[in-house]
Amino acid sequence: MKKRSETDSRARSNRNILRLTYGIAGIFLLMAVYFGWFIQFRSENVIGSSYNARLDQFSDRIVRGSILSSDRTVLAETIRNSDGTETRHYPYDYLFVHSVGYSGKNGKTGLESLANFYLLSSHVNLLEKVVNELRGEKNLGDNVITTLNLNLQKTASDALASYRGAVIAMEPDTGKILAMVSQPNFNANLVDEKWEELISPDNTKAQLVNRATQGLYPPGSTFKILTVLEYMKENPQTWQDFTFDCTGTYQSGDYTIRCYHGEAHGSQNLIQAFANSCNGAFARIGLEIDPDRFHSLAEQFLFNSPLPCSLPYNQSSFTMDGTADDWEKLQTSIGQGKTQITPFHNLLIAAAIANGGTLMKPYMIDHVENAGGQTVKKFIPSAYGSLMQASDSQFLAEMMKQVVEIGTGSAFRGASYTVAGKTGSAEFETGKETHSWFIGYAPADDPQIVISVLAEEAGSGGQVAAPIARAVFDAYFSGQN
Amino acid sequence: MVNLITTLSQYLIILLIAIYTCYNFRFFAMTDEYSRRRVCRFQTVSMYLILILAGVVSYLWTESQTMLVFFGAQALFFTLYLVFYTLFYRNASRLLLNNTCMLLCTGFIMLSRLSFERAVRQFAIVCVAAFLTMIIPYIIDRTWQLSKIPWVYGGIGLLLLVIVCVMGNSSFGAQLSISIGGFAFQPSEFVKLSFVFFVATMFYRSVDFKNIVITTGAAAAHVLILVLSKDLGSALIFFITYLLMLFIATGSWLYLGAGMGCGTAAAVIAYSLFSHVRVRVEAWMDPWADIAGKGYQITQSLFAIGTGGWFGMGLYQGMPSKIPVVEKDFIFAAISEEMGGIYALCIILICLGCFMQFMLIATRMQALFYRLIAFGFGIVYVVQVFLTIGGVIKFIPSTGVTLPFVSYGGSSILSTFILFGVIQGLYILKRNEEEEENEKAQ
Repeated sequence: MKKRSETDSRARSNRNILRLTYGIAGIFLLMAVYFGWFIQFRSENVIGSSYNARLDQFSDRIVRGSILSSDRTVLAETIRNSDGTETRHYPYDYLFVHSVGYSGKNGKTGLESLANFYLLSSHVNLLEKVVNELRGEKNLGDNVITTLNLNLQKTASDALASYRGAVIAMEPDTGKILAMVSQPNFNANLVDEKWEELISPDNTKAQLVNRATQGLYPPGSTFKILTVLEYMKENPQTWQDFTFDCTGTYQSGDYTIRCYHGEAHGSQNLIQAFANSCNGAFARIGLEIDPDRFHSLAEQFLFNSPLPCSLPYNQSSFTMDGTADDWEKLQTSIGQGKTQITPFHNLLIAAAIANGGTLMKPYMIDHVENAGGQTVKKFIPSAYGSLMQASDSQFLAEMMKQVVEIGTGSAFRGASYTVAGKTGSAEFETGKETHSWFIGYAPADDPQIVISVLAEEAGSGGQVAAPIARAVFDAYFSGQN
Repeated sequence: MVNLITTLSQYLIILLIAIYTCYNFRFFAMTDEYSRRRVCRFQTVSMYLILILAGVVSYLWTESQTMLVFFGAQALFFTLYLVFYTLFYRNASRLLLNNTCMLLCTGFIMLSRLSFERAVRQFAIVCVAAFLTMIIPYIIDRTWQLSKIPWVYGGIGLLLLVIVCVMGNSSFGAQLSISIGGFAFQPSEFVKLSFVFFVATMFYRSVDFKNIVITTGAAAAHVLILVLSKDLGSALIFFITYLLMLFIATGSWLYLGAGMGCGTAAAVIAYSLFSHVRVRVEAWMDPWADIAGKGYQITQSLFAIGTGGWFGMGLYQGMPSKIPVVEKDFIFAAISEEMGGIYALCIILICLGCFMQFMLIATRMQALFYRLIAFGFGIVYVVQVFLTIGGVIKFIPSTGVTLPFVSYGGSSILSTFILFGVIQGLYILKRNEEEEENEKAQ
């Protein structure tokens, strides 16, 4: 009897041992799968980090690949000199210095940094690799084909002319960046030579700053997009009854808000007030809307939060909340006050409106090819998320169309395509010219290109930034035909 | 040319380790002694080939003849070890011996690349430990008294832990070691083993409620002292080992469930109580938020693994030294970086294979005492492997334990040799018994 129960308990404990063994083996297999998943799918995103010193070592055995525009024009290449040394060459000197970036003794920026891993990986065929190895020659690295459009980039840079500022253009339905200009810029071929000069404290031009993603500016009247949306959402039934009589100045207690150059717009409904960018009307709206709800709307539009941006960038800020006094409310509703935004972020807002509320993740690398021209890796568009409901984006699209048809966006009248947008003239220091803003997209009913223009100290948005945007749109649509 | 040889050997090594690992599992499917021996011979040959290839590559990159001598010495050691072991113990498990050698060999290759000095030190310790522990199966076979002295195991274990806790040297915020005559000695590595003996002897005596309460109290004391020393990795190993041994001894799901509940509660308390636990958990959840600070070690480890990819950068082609404590807790990342993700995956599978063999041996033992010993050692081993590798690849938060037989460290090497020696002893015991029975039957 005792023997029997002993055998029973042994059988039971063996069953349990087997169960645990299977369980633990299962956990190990899970770990092995995770490990494989990391190597296969995650690692490429991880190892491009500038903290990974290993990549620099690749260049001992691989000739850094080229960076090409969307029409396959070379934007950056490695030239092998007769003495065996290598030089990184940028055929367009200044033009792509903030998008393609540079690679030199003082580090890497832009795509040179983002695509570092691809440029230093070689997918030439095995036979060629062996032959190169035996001859003691380096393998050719992969080439990166960008989404950047050479013609648009040139046009944008020419149109911005001598202004400081930024122009960025993107496809709203894919997130492909078509152009990214920041001025003043510098010659990518001479970065190492001029480095001391560039970083010198006496240098007030700040050429190293990519104003498109890092420059923080008051949004000015472009911010009325958010103000008008908040007003509409708080007054869904009655916003169409809004009227305001503009005399050029708006008085509230001790405070005075002036329209641009003191212009009197006369009697305005909400659409007209938005189209004409009437500060008085929006100041009054600012006093009516709930500052806490306004705050959460701004955060829904990615203020105070990280942006889907792979280049170095600054976060935009919106600080007003329920504790705000009247002056702050007046200022904030017309895009002045403490609110700060980058041209890149403003582009994303316009892009989301153009794309029915959904923001696509912006990207600059279209695909990667080996030296023989075979595609090694293709990047496909992906959605970042929804910034607003489709009905809200429709409302704003209609408003922005009116800006061009009846309001400050007169620069686009007579164009062969339709445009929706918003101008802005942002005051930043008393006595200085305003920063000139334009954000918008074209064609208005079937958006293919969205743009954000900022020209520092250039005057009104309608007179400076909008014509720059028009030049880019013109080039884009004439290039298509 | 050197590059070409490096690349070529790199792929050959991967092929060889893959074959080795395959045989490791094929072994279990085979029943007759003849084919089992053949499989083990193939494994041994693969290991020697890997050793030779790695030796050639190491020589080409260091151009040091001492390196060649070192690899020669390794080959000699492995040969002597295998020959003597099988000479003394005809019935020793060749699979276990092979795995011991394969893991040691991987460790030597990687260590000699990271720090030649440390590799030589490790080699000296391995030689001494290997031949010292060869006596263990003999002792197991002759000394039944081992099952009668629970409080000797428990007392010595607790005493050692208290000593470390009170006067241990601190490293990375935890008290782990004490210095004896210039050697940093890490008692928790050995207390793991005495702890398993303690629990096994206690439960062998009886599994009535009173005895369980007493044993649990002593086990909790072990864990608590380790927590006080901030050696949470070891505390976790002790806890899991005890819980699972209790489950196997009693077969009670209630104990298992209650224990897991307590464990979860303790983990939550530890998280809110100790800042270094929070730091590790944060570094695990989002190491990228603080690459230069808290997340430095784990991100460097991931850079190493990711840059190496499936096939590795090749020996001497990577930058494993960028990872802090790479030769101890993070050696797995260095292996993956230079020898390849496939090689690293094979290491995971070889360790799993060892564990499965331990469990197989456990189920074959008739006496509860031996069953518990084999099972407990298996759990100690597998949890340790899981904590190291899981931590290195960011599967779980890093706990700072070493990879048995591969990582640098004398205490770890000696205790793992003892662990494998005891298992080997049980295996030999069983085989001898079976042989006797067969002879009787005939």
